Amino acid sequence: MTNTTETTGYNERLEEKLAKIFAGGAPKYHEKMKESNKLFVRDRLKLLFDDENYAEDGRFANVEAEGLPADGVVTAIGKVNGQTVCVMANDSTVKAGSWGSRTVEKIIRIQETAEKMQVPMLYLVDSAGARITDQLDMFPNRRGAGKIFHNQVRMSGMVPQVCLLFGPSAAGGAYIPAFCDIVIMVEGNASMYLGSPRMAEKVIGEKVTLEEMGGARMHCTVSGVGDVLVSSEEEAISEARRYLTNFPANFAVKPDKLEAKAAKAGRSLEAIIPENQNAPFDMYELIDQLIDEGSFFDIKKLFAPELITGLARIDGQVVGILANQPKVKGGVLFGDSADKGAKFINLCDAFSIPLLFLADVPGFMIGTKVERAGIIRHGAKFIAAMSSATVPKISVIVRKAYGAGLYAMAGPAFEPDVCIALPTAQIAVMGPEAAVNAVYSNKIEAIEDPKERLKYVQQKHQEYKEEIDIYRLASELIIDDIVAPSDLRQVLSQRLSIYETKDLPMPYRKHAVTPV
Amino acid sequence: MKELKATMAGTVLNVLVGEGDAVTAGQAILTIESMKMEIPVEAEFSGSVQKVNVEVGGFVNEGDTLVTLGE
Repeated sequence: MTNTTETTGYNERLEEKLAKIFAGGAPKYHEKMKESNKLFVRDRLKLLFDDENYAEDGRFANVEAEGLPADGVVTAIGKVNGQTVCVMANDSTVKAGSWGSRTVEKIIRIQETAEKMQVPMLYLVDSAGARITDQLDMFPNRRGAGKIFHNQVRMSGMVPQVCLLFGPSAAGGAYIPAFCDIVIMVEGNASMYLGSPRMAEKVIGEKVTLEEMGGARMHCTVSGVGDVLVSSEEEAISEARRYLTNFPANFAVKPDKLEAKAAKAGRSLEAIIPENQNAPFDMYELIDQLIDEGSFFDIKKLFAPELITGLARIDGQVVGILANQPKVKGGVLFGDSADKGAKFINLCDAFSIPLLFLADVPGFMIGTKVERAGIIRHGAKFIAAMSSATVPKISVIVRKAYGAGLYAMAGPAFEPDVCIALPTAQIAVMGPEAAVNAVYSNKIEAIEDPKERLKYVQQKHQEYKEEIDIYRLASELIIDDIVAPSDLRQVLSQRLSIYETKDLPMPYRKHAVTPV
Repeated sequence: MKELKATMAGTVLNVLVGEGDAVTAGQAILTIESMKMEIPVEAEFSGSVQKVNVEVGGFVNEGDTLVTLGE
């Protein structure tokens, strides 16, 4: 009888090696991971994918070495919500998830796979950065770490790229989140920084905590590098799955229409919007009346909250909503809100998601602080993004829209497919008070009696309001329609259906010189 | 102890609390007027008002302390 591979231990040798690979790093690192409320990389994938039937590439990377299973990264292809996706996931139990040359090569290859198959690319990041001992093999070379970022930029807008940050993403590694469309960060564990607090103390003498330097909350509220702050790994994964339901597999396909759902029961728009144009109200409450209940996915919720940006469904149709939030800073636009708006518009436009602008904006902020911070160029960035977007654009003037605020929120000159006003809309180059001050300041000053002066000013305010009466603007076809607040949701649903086949040719040029 | 700071430059429109008052989280403390809009400032946590640092009609810059809250 001849020997066959069944009897000479081939399978045993394979099983033995696979068991070591699947176990990840030494038990003490698993313990440490549990203490930090972190999940093992393969358990993260269990939660992420629809089921256990996913393919894995490069399991045997560095199997010849001791204690470097899969070279510290799992690269896999599986299904999320029935859609094939490619995933890179660091194993922080293996040398703190640091990158060796094979780690980098595996990441590059899974990106190449995502591009070839035109499917979303997910980065589950939890890495201390480069293995300094291996630097020549993985840092400066053509297929070194830089190539990962080069690929991300190349694939940007081609397929959705999502980052789930479970731990550190240090130094160069911080660019993985930076080049993704969205970064979901686990509070307390996720962090990003170019230099660690230890390095900062040594090199520049600054003494700060990890949270202060690059913690999840800091990035989601102050720097804006993070988009979604979650409190657990399970929440990060479920939010990523929910996020992806809004996107097609790639830019060449339109997002799916889902089953229509009713809006949340709540107060009418008439009850929500104050009569006093200068009093605040909660724009989130208004949005809830327009969208399918539970469909809102807030992006950069904690950053520049004076502008709300989020994905939602109206009768099952996906839409990207930008809305001023009067409750925060009066809904005035600042540099950060302009940046937030620009990124969100670019995201939606890349993946055929129509845009809905809900305007209640007194304008952009004024004053030396914002001027020195370049509010003009940040505002230009926002307006350029909105202007260049070729997806359906619906502009709704909810209350006021003054000056460049009108422009930023897709005013008529920027070719929204429709510009609708509610009866409460006030469109003007500036508000009544500022305008009357500007035009009549000499006359006002000439009136000595304060009572007479007040009467004069109030009369001028009234005349101004009549001048910008919304029916006058509609009469001149400046706006396309005036709609009763209780009809707005149905009108939006109808308009979104109408504009489904919008197809605008791209202008003939290489690309714009984008304001930054 | 927490200092509530102005999120933007403006003038103080009204002050709704006094030193020593107890406040609950989310309670309106004062209103700033900026860009002709009323900007509400709310207590971030429940506690008591230690100090009111501004006057009605006064100008505040972004980052100026409006009110100091204690536990």
